[in-house]
Amino acid sequence: MTALRILLLIFLIICAVAVSFSKRLLVSIIIYMAFSLIMSILWMILESPDLAITEAAVGAGVTSILFFVMLKKIQSIQMDPDQEDES
Amino acid sequence: MGSSIYTNYEEIAAVLLFVIGFLNLLIQPNLVKKIIGLDVMDAAIYLFLAAKGYIAGRTAPIVTDGILSADHYINPIPAGLVLTGIVVSVSVSAVMMALTICLYREYRTLDLDEILVMLQEQETAQLQRIQRDEREGRSA
Amino acid sequence: MSRPNPSYEGSRRQKFMQWLKGEYDPSEGKLETTEPDTSLFTDSEYHEIHLYLRNEYADNEEHFRRGVRKHLTRIQKLYRLMAVITAIFMTVLLLWAVSYEPSYGDPNAPENNEVATRYIEHGLAETGAINIVAGMILDYRAFDTFGESCVLFVALCCVLILLRVDADEEAGSHAREAMFDRHFEPKNDIILQRMCRVLVPAIVIFGIYVVLNGHLSPGGGFSGGAIIGTGLILYLTAFGFANTERFMTEKVARLFSVAALTFYCFAKSYSFYTGANHLPSVISTGTPGAILSAGLIVYLNICVGIVVACTMYSFYVLFRKGGY
Repeated sequence: MTALRILLLIFLIICAVAVSFSKRLLVSIIIYMAFSLIMSILWMILESPDLAITEAAVGAGVTSILFFVMLKKIQSIQMDPDQEDES
Repeated sequence: MGSSIYTNYEEIAAVLLFVIGFLNLLIQPNLVKKIIGLDVMDAAIYLFLAAKGYIAGRTAPIVTDGILSADHYINPIPAGLVLTGIVVSVSVSAVMMALTICLYREYRTLDLDEILVMLQEQETAQLQRIQRDEREGRSA
Repeated sequence: MSRPNPSYEGSRRQKFMQWLKGEYDPSEGKLETTEPDTSLFTDSEYHEIHLYLRNEYADNEEHFRRGVRKHLTRIQKLYRLMAVITAIFMTVLLLWAVSYEPSYGDPNAPENNEVATRYIEHGLAETGAINIVAGMILDYRAFDTFGESCVLFVALCCVLILLRVDADEEAGSHAREAMFDRHFEPKNDIILQRMCRVLVPAIVIFGIYVVLNGHLSPGGGFSGGAIIGTGLILYLTAFGFANTERFMTEKVARLFSVAALTFYCFAKSYSFYTGANHLPSVISTGTPGAILSAGLIVYLNICVGIVVACTMYSFYVLFRKGGY
């Protein structure tokens, strides 16, 4: 159990570092999603199932979806020909 | 140095995650990565709290078989605090994402340094325009 | 035509109504005000100084601009250095503090004090909830949870203010947003739609299960609401706005969140009024383990679930299209 704990914690730290070193934003958002999932397993190990279910639904689900939608929105603004004429 | 640094792996990881998120927030110029850095900081705090509430060999605070002894369950207070915190952190990051979209619409970049330079240039351009108007007014 | 009532004119009631409409200011003419001090330079002198500075700047503009860039990069380097130094200092300080913490899983740690003991030993009898965490956040600390739900609502309002595209704001802006949205939307993807027909009911029913069993098993309003919201988002992604607008519009989301928050407020006020502080309570806790037990916790869980689901769905819709 201790080995699993340490392994998961090392994964967490690797994910947190990898977020800032990845070139593309999409990659860093997916890494953040993995971070949330590992977090939810850790909470299961820490005997807090309430937190595990909330983190899996909220952290890995809703936050990542919002990030994706934000990226999509930014891309659609980027491709907008009308607004580029204005600016 | 105390001796419990060799056993508190969760706390050590929480400290490292907090510092990584903090550095991300401070020196990462990209706004999206800044938001992720803040979320990582949040997660570090929650990890610390949950690790404080854990007691070895006990089960989750859900009453099973009618046992009502405090020696049988872990501390429920950190779990309650973190549960509400997770949901609030999502709403905070949603507000920040909305602000990011507004900034992008205005400046067409996600780089905070570029936005700062652009702000400076905007100011200069405004000054120049006022000055030109004044000169033309004087000569005329 | 009714003539104005002479006793109403100038009465406090009329002044109050005027104040509500913003026509009357009770502090007008009564506040002490000071004029700003302008004696340092006269107007023309000030103008001269201003002009001189501007001309000076215009003559050396290129130099000045390069200076600004240099200044910015220099500040940035210093800033990064300071940030790294702060981070290292913080790491050392926090690790030093952690090393004196009680060790992992220690039952005698100071945070496992009489509060936690009391919640565990008396929680089931006093709140009727098997899940002690749910009993804690929705009974002992229900006011705190009310604040958290309000934070969600306020965040939704903020995003609404920032991203909303009003119909009367700018002609064509609504249509343009819709066009962008269509640009990325899956165009009637048959695989996605078939899978959603199976998955969405399962996800939403699982969410409802998690909300309703919040006092019996892990879960509760927060997680269940997020699951329901995710199910709705998946449905929207697969079938488009035309289908979701049949049951989920801005009006519905607003009505449900406000109604849930109001019910939460009134229910908890009533519970405080009748005996939160160990006065005899009217609301029975029921038999532990039944679905309709634990007093108000089930209903409060449902309220929180509705607020969270509406908020998550509205976030998604606002980010995507700037309106419903």
